[in-house]
Amino acid sequence: MSLILELKNTNTHYGAIHAVKNINLFVETGEIVTLLGSNGAGKTTTLHTISGLQTASSGEICFKGIAIHKLPAHKITALGLAQSPEGRQIFANLSIKENLEMGAYLRRDKAGIADDLKYVYSMFPKLLDREHQLAQTLSGGEQQMLAIARAFMSKPELLLLDEPSLGIAPILVSTIFKAIKEINQRGMSILLVEQNAYLALNISHRAYVLTNGEISLQGKAADLLNNSEIKKAYLGQ
Amino acid sequence: MGQNVAFFLWDCLQYLINGISQGSLYALVALGYTMVYGIIRLVNFAHGEFLMIGAMCGYYALQAHLPMPVAILVAMLSAGLLAVVVERLVYRPIRKSGRIPALITAIGTSLFFQYFGQLTFGADPKTIPPFITEKIYNFGEVNVSNVQLAIFVITMLVLAFLWWLTHFTKIGKAMRATSYNLQAAELMGINTNKIISFTFFLGAALAGLGGMLMGYTMSVEPMMGMNLGIKAFVAAVVGGIGVIPGAALGGFIIGIAENLVAGLYKSSFRDGVSFFILILILLIKPSGLLGKNTKEKV
Repeated sequence: MSLILELKNTNTHYGAIHAVKNINLFVETGEIVTLLGSNGAGKTTTLHTISGLQTASSGEICFKGIAIHKLPAHKITALGLAQSPEGRQIFANLSIKENLEMGAYLRRDKAGIADDLKYVYSMFPKLLDREHQLAQTLSGGEQQMLAIARAFMSKPELLLLDEPSLGIAPILVSTIFKAIKEINQRGMSILLVEQNAYLALNISHRAYVLTNGEISLQGKAADLLNNSEIKKAYLGQ
Repeated sequence: MGQNVAFFLWDCLQYLINGISQGSLYALVALGYTMVYGIIRLVNFAHGEFLMIGAMCGYYALQAHLPMPVAILVAMLSAGLLAVVVERLVYRPIRKSGRIPALITAIGTSLFFQYFGQLTFGADPKTIPPFITEKIYNFGEVNVSNVQLAIFVITMLVLAFLWWLTHFTKIGKAMRATSYNLQAAELMGINTNKIISFTFFLGAALAGLGGMLMGYTMSVEPMMGMNLGIKAFVAAVVGGIGVIPGAALGGFIIGIAENLVAGLYKSSFRDGVSFFILILILLIKPSGLLGKNTKEKV
């Protein structure tokens, strides 16, 4: 297996706040890796540092062996890394189809885009029904589907998903997690930030636990599901 | 008595037509304010100066015996390029410093170009001939000139072009996406700095066009951008700043109101009425006539 993503001694500061402390983390090609942690532990900051929305203050981030920690976000996307951001951040003033077109903004292969559009519509038929409506008319869960579909449309090799189950009806959560698993089986590597630890660990290969900006625990997802600390802190057992 | 009413109505119609023509020009200039505000939430007070510099360059192109269409192109390109350079050198470095520093910088930039204009072009007003040979048509008691008509038609074509651009082209959709959420647009792989540059270029080029069309009613001088800029800014806010059709609507409302008040009441109230409308709108619907109150879905 080869590494698709590697963070080496990465630090990120928000002004005076040291949000990400000396993190070492990797994702192997084809894996789903989950980042667990309580609110404010630095999960989103870690994702932002990877995708280039936030600049690392020190350390190194390699994507497919290329150092990306000094690149602007749009260049990182061009290399094949997409992020479905926290709070969805869909373009409410664009139609659903236009949102998906924006996901495929850098692609030139029209046939490939059409195929992928069909694929995301088959995963989330609700989006097809409302293709030409403004995205602001969607419910929270549908917006989440759109955000994932939009990130998928760039055909990334690595997909970062930030809290895909946050604030969403349970029935939609299972649709979304099924889709994540399916996307991964088609060969896309995934780095997932999730508060629903049980669901996330069930579909993941490995996981990291962040505490106050530091990695406090890591291992195989199956092992972490049985870890007593994890059970107490995240699974409510 | 009946005759008086008829004359009054003819007068009203005449002022309405004059107002629509003038409103078209306000609309052309207001578009630049609204597009730039829409994309980086900056009130670009130097927008009027882009217009002035564009019109100056157009004037010198005419002095060099270039034909009018070429001079208009020169005006649009020079205003557009100036805007791109100003955005890159002045606005971009302070983009993350907050809105008040940006606003003050914009005012400073505006003043800089007013005095730069006086230094290089001189303070004396220069005249630009009408862009087509003026012909006046009479309809009953009302006069309409082909220049007035052409200004209206050009503005409508510009609006149609912007609609097409923002809804049917990739770069236009990227402009809408960037204006809604710059960070998310960046995640799509959109080079948002390029989109912002393009928006500045487009808005200023339209101001340059407006400046040239305006040349026949008003002279070109270093302070022209300030007077016009403020009117166009009022138009943009009245229509709903950040909303393209709002800029057009605001332009027409201000143009028509000014001409009606100046014609039927007192011409010294011409400027007053625009600000009266502005205050009224800000009291009743602060986001402007077509502006949307932003709300977020949870």
